[in-house]
Amino acid sequence: MAPPEAVPQAPERVAHAAPAVLEARSVSKRFPGVVALDDVSFSLRAGETHALVGENGAGKSTLIKVLTGVYRPDGGELRLAGAPVGFARPSEAQQSGISTIYQEVNLVPLMSVARNIFLGREPRNRFGLIDFPRMHRETSGLLDGFGVRVDPRRPLHTLGIGTQQMVALARAVSVDAQVVIMDEPTSSLEPREVETLFRVIEELRGQGIAVLYVSHRMDELYRICDRVTVLRDGRHIHTGDLAGLDRMQLVSMMLGRDVAEVRRAGVTNFAAEGHEAARTPVLTATGLNSRLQLHDISLSLYGGEVLGLGGLLGSGRSETAKALSGALPLDSGELTVDGTPLKRLTPAAAIRAGISLLPEDRKAEGIVPGLSVRENIVLAAMPRLSRAGVVSRARQDRIVDIFMKRLRIKASSPEQKVGELSGGNQQKVLLARWLCLEPKVLLLDEPTRGIDVGAKAEVQSLIDDLAREGLAVLLISSDIEELIEGADRIVVLRGGAVAGELAGEDVAEDRLLEVLADHAPAPGDKAPAAEEDHR
Amino acid sequence: MNHTPPVSTATAPAPAPRKPAEAHPVPGTGPTGRQRAAELLQRQGVLVVLLTVVIAASFIYPSFASLDNARGITIQASFLAVVALGMTMVIITGGIDLSVGSVFALGGVLAAWASQYGFLAALLLPLAVCGAIGLLNGLLIARGNMAPFIVTLATLLGARGVLLAFTDEGATTYLVPKDSAFGDLGQGAVWGFGHPILIALVLFGAGGLVLQRTSFGQTLFAVGGSSDAATLMGLPVARTKILVYTLSGLLAGLAGALNAARLSSGVTIVGVGMELDAISAVVIGGTLLIGGAGSISGTLWGVLLLAVIQNLINQIGSLNSSYQSVVSGGFLIVVVVAQRYLARSRRST
Repeated sequence: MAPPEAVPQAPERVAHAAPAVLEARSVSKRFPGVVALDDVSFSLRAGETHALVGENGAGKSTLIKVLTGVYRPDGGELRLAGAPVGFARPSEAQQSGISTIYQEVNLVPLMSVARNIFLGREPRNRFGLIDFPRMHRETSGLLDGFGVRVDPRRPLHTLGIGTQQMVALARAVSVDAQVVIMDEPTSSLEPREVETLFRVIEELRGQGIAVLYVSHRMDELYRICDRVTVLRDGRHIHTGDLAGLDRMQLVSMMLGRDVAEVRRAGVTNFAAEGHEAARTPVLTATGLNSRLQLHDISLSLYGGEVLGLGGLLGSGRSETAKALSGALPLDSGELTVDGTPLKRLTPAAAIRAGISLLPEDRKAEGIVPGLSVRENIVLAAMPRLSRAGVVSRARQDRIVDIFMKRLRIKASSPEQKVGELSGGNQQKVLLARWLCLEPKVLLLDEPTRGIDVGAKAEVQSLIDDLAREGLAVLLISSDIEELIEGADRIVVLRGGAVAGELAGEDVAEDRLLEVLADHAPAPGDKAPAAEEDHR
Repeated sequence: MNHTPPVSTATAPAPAPRKPAEAHPVPGTGPTGRQRAAELLQRQGVLVVLLTVVIAASFIYPSFASLDNARGITIQASFLAVVALGMTMVIITGGIDLSVGSVFALGGVLAAWASQYGFLAALLLPLAVCGAIGLLNGLLIARGNMAPFIVTLATLLGARGVLLAFTDEGATTYLVPKDSAFGDLGQGAVWGFGHPILIALVLFGAGGLVLQRTSFGQTLFAVGGSSDAATLMGLPVARTKILVYTLSGLLAGLAGALNAARLSSGVTIVGVGMELDAISAVVIGGTLLIGGAGSISGTLWGVLLLAVIQNLINQIGSLNSSYQSVVSGGFLIVVVVAQRYLARSRRST
């Protein structure tokens, strides 16, 4: 990644004597059944860029929410410039000079860019009314500094995700902040925008503003951060200078395992060896196009393999999965299952052809929490289990029994309500629902997101087993390790188009990051870039 | 209000599309013509409908086009307009206020009773009581985290109950003294246009300014557009909600007082179902029922459209006046369907 000359490689790191601007002392936060933060102490110095790392569920988000006044700590205290503070709500933290960019853009989609940036602190004219010309002028000036050219009157939702993130960034730094917290700010940014972000961070550093930087991307951390704090299972593990800290060592601290073990066994529960893929594809997609979302996506899925679908947030992964399951209206493109083209692309037709999708958002698109485990499992299989509309209860019970045993669904009985189960078990119920349709192709969109470590391992080994039994599996995961170790082959998407494919030896983290980071020019990334070029 | 000046759709020539056959417009080149038309229609579509109906009716029924009839329509509409003004702001935050009909009636009775103690008492008592009811709504919704539908349904019943208790089950009707200043507030006129019309117009002007040009107004949109984002941005979400329901109560009470002044008495049976008329007018006016978008001007046209329809049905004479609700309902459905369609064509850039 060749940095433009504007970005110095942080030659002089901040003097260690810099005072702590924001401090957390023995902070604890409990939720029902979970200790999210356990006696965590941490301090942020003026003018430093401080990395906060840890696995999912390590307590990073909770710590951020405590620092920004979204949560109140159960124990411990916060100190701002040495004085104890307590934030009852986010506005109080912001007034104290702590501003935050959240991972998912938290702006108001229907309102204009300028209004979003100035909400709550609009410039007034002499009548006390909002001075729109000035607001628009200042917005343009502000965004120009970020290399974003967009009409300040445009509604936010008409912009690309990356641009929206830049607007959020502009809002965060345009207030008089002492501390800027960035939660995975680059997860939806284009490389060009990432460079802009880094330039802004350098500027903040120059102004003596402290930045707390949360990211999973090691390259970024080593490039712009001075110090790092590692959290694991809600506990503080390490704080220290980043320079001189070995990457492997950092990862092992995050995972809580020996460096050697990390090297040897990997971090997921997938079997080390790959699968034996069939010779002819089960599912072939040719030239899938959907306005603004997918551009000419073609891929083949073979029986007995796990095909990973990689890409950053907004790269079109979920949209591709939806397109393959007939749930996304397409402008053009063809799906072939076992050599037979599908005539009409609807979810019902796809299911009949043997394609099942486990959607990303299981709460909204999957389980019916008020129904029992049994009812949830047989929901999709109902037409097959019934004759003339009458459902055979005996056949239902048989099927439910088989899947509850096979997937090790932990429920008190098949009649327990699904809403009462843990996230992992809900996910297994959903898997069971699709498996009892005996699909040929299983599309899994983030199957292990938001479920605990144990259940995650079980779902992962289940995916392994299913592929071994000859099912074609498409796996979408933001967890890079899961993708690398779970998939036999990875198709990488960027900007709604295929950016590259990795197979065999190339299924490795550095290769994936290279493709993701656009080392090699890839086709089809023009859509987001063209976004702001209007005037 | 909030006119969006046309944005040049010319694409900068520099980035030649790398893919040859670009079947669809390059994304993000500003709103297309169709989109802008859709946006304009959503904003001012009701005005177009209103003008069409008025012009058509003027040709068909000559008596419709008279100045007298215009005075009649607008005075009829003015009370609903004041109530719908508050409702617009509530709906923009993503809420709803079902209590306004009862509060309207209560405000009228309180004003009529207090008018024996003078002009100020007749105005301030209903404002104080109705404002307090609105404040209660706001507190329960914003601080108690309760659903606006349930809370305001409860106050709808409660306010009607207080009203009945105050009037001995509706047996007592309080009269506004003849030739009092308060009576003049409802019955007086400028060039034949009653005071309530002028008051409503002033309130709408002020409401438009508040909505578009103040922080409070912007916060209303933000709360309705994304309550979570508004909270995380540090906006005073709870305070804004409390304020908007209080405002709605105040406006409903004021409308009730004006109505009592016009009728010279506190009629107990008014305002039944008025909340639904107000909601219809707001939605017909292009405000999204889910919140986050809407305008004061649209509501004004929506109220007038409802009043014109009622007036027309009376003009036709042969048509049973019950059909007014049928026609209004029909318009509502058309508007909601149109909104869905327009929203879709705006989104699919």
